Amino acid sequence: MSDPALEIQALQKTFTLHAQGGVRLPVLRGVSLRVAPGECVVLADPSGAGKSTLLRAVYGNYAPQAGRILVRHEGRMVDLVGASPRLVLDVRRHTIGYVSQFLRVVPRVPVVEVVAEPLRVIGVPLPDARERARALLDRLRIPERLWSLSPVTFSGGEQQRVNVARVFVVAYPVLLLDEPTASLDTESRRIVVELIDEARGRGAAVLGTVHDAEVRARLATRVQRLTEPAAA
Amino acid sequence: MSPVADGPLLSVRGLGKRYGTQTGCLDVRFDLWPGEVIGVVGESGSGKTTVLDCLSGRVAADAGRVEYAVRDGRVVDVLRQDESARRRLLLREWGIVHQNPRDGLRMAVSAGANVGERLMALGARHYGEIRGRALDWLAQVEIGLDRIDDLPETFSGGMLQRLQIARNLVTGPRLVLMDEPTGGLDVSVQARLLDLLRGLVVELHLSAVIVTHDLAVARLLAHRLIVMRGGETVESGLTDQVLDDPQHPYTQLLVSSVLHP
Repeated sequence: MSDPALEIQALQKTFTLHAQGGVRLPVLRGVSLRVAPGECVVLADPSGAGKSTLLRAVYGNYAPQAGRILVRHEGRMVDLVGASPRLVLDVRRHTIGYVSQFLRVVPRVPVVEVVAEPLRVIGVPLPDARERARALLDRLRIPERLWSLSPVTFSGGEQQRVNVARVFVVAYPVLLLDEPTASLDTESRRIVVELIDEARGRGAAVLGTVHDAEVRARLATRVQRLTEPAAA
Repeated sequence: MSPVADGPLLSVRGLGKRYGTQTGCLDVRFDLWPGEVIGVVGESGSGKTTVLDCLSGRVAADAGRVEYAVRDGRVVDVLRQDESARRRLLLREWGIVHQNPRDGLRMAVSAGANVGERLMALGARHYGEIRGRALDWLAQVEIGLDRIDDLPETFSGGMLQRLQIARNLVTGPRLVLMDEPTGGLDVSVQARLLDLLRGLVVELHLSAVIVTHDLAVARLLAHRLIVMRGGETVESGLTDQVLDDPQHPYTQLLVSSVLHP
């Protein structure tokens, strides 16, 4: 296996709920895995096993207690466990794209600006960023009449495609995909699968969750369970 | 745009203020980097506004050190500069957006004069140029250009807040201190202001310290958060991590108590 773009070592994450008597919920108990450029590793555990928690930890959204999350960022491996917020933000700007199951945006901002924003923060001029955003929205079959509207009022499937668009508009080397095709119709699902294939083709390392057995079989170059040791 | 410095723009260490026997704030520390927005959140009486007031010099801190890297690269000791140096810093490098726009505006002069005033204080003399810059900024903050000669008194709350922002940003500050910038505004107006502030921060590469009790506002504007209670910092970190995976019992309580953080 070539050098990984993402390597997770013995990752542990426990939630402590202080308002509920200090209940401790151990979710990740020593997860290890590697994802090489061009691979698509799909986590195949049942619901509640911590798949989304793992993705959020890799994105820096959840803070693990122990272990390492090594990411190839601007040519060197950095560890995101305990990393400074500045480093995490820089990794998010340039290296890791994350398609979550929720769309969170400033109300009233048009969808084209929402999708263009990740390009703007890495210095792509506004006209160019908008152009690329429009092209991707078009490809994802978001009708043009919606582009100037806020996605807050969109349907679930439309919001999901906006989520996909604002990540795939940048060529991130690492992609975290949390059910990227859930709530999509067949044609939209086909397009998202195609986008993921293209990303792999340019060398992106993809880690994701996909419930749908057919899509999973189509996408995964490797299926892994959280409890398994890292592949050699 | 100034080149990104190697060090933080603002460095705060051990900042403290007592009001008699009451703690205003205690041992506050953070670094703010160019282009970064830090949110200071907490409930009333948590000390968040005291932190901002100590930074701006509105109240005198009684402990700590605040260093700021000015445009030319020198580092100034903010708490120990004399009054004229402080005024110069507030005029040339910083902007201050008050919760109540009436505290930051001059209500007896026109909107255009409010925006032009800081330019004139910096030595601009050409009337047409000042008016032109004022018009530019009114447009940027989405105030109708036909309102340039109107008194702020005739503006709505949201317009007043946008005018205050224009008045501050016209001189190209590098650091903006904001106290509850969306407080007291209708929700629909808040969204518009949030969008405006986000755009300005990205485009102008601004750094900002934003004090707010509204966690949703903090999520949308701030890169990093400092959570305060009783004058002390209980937790700090990446904004979405603090809000989605709060570690401290108080932060957990705060986050779980609002409807949509």
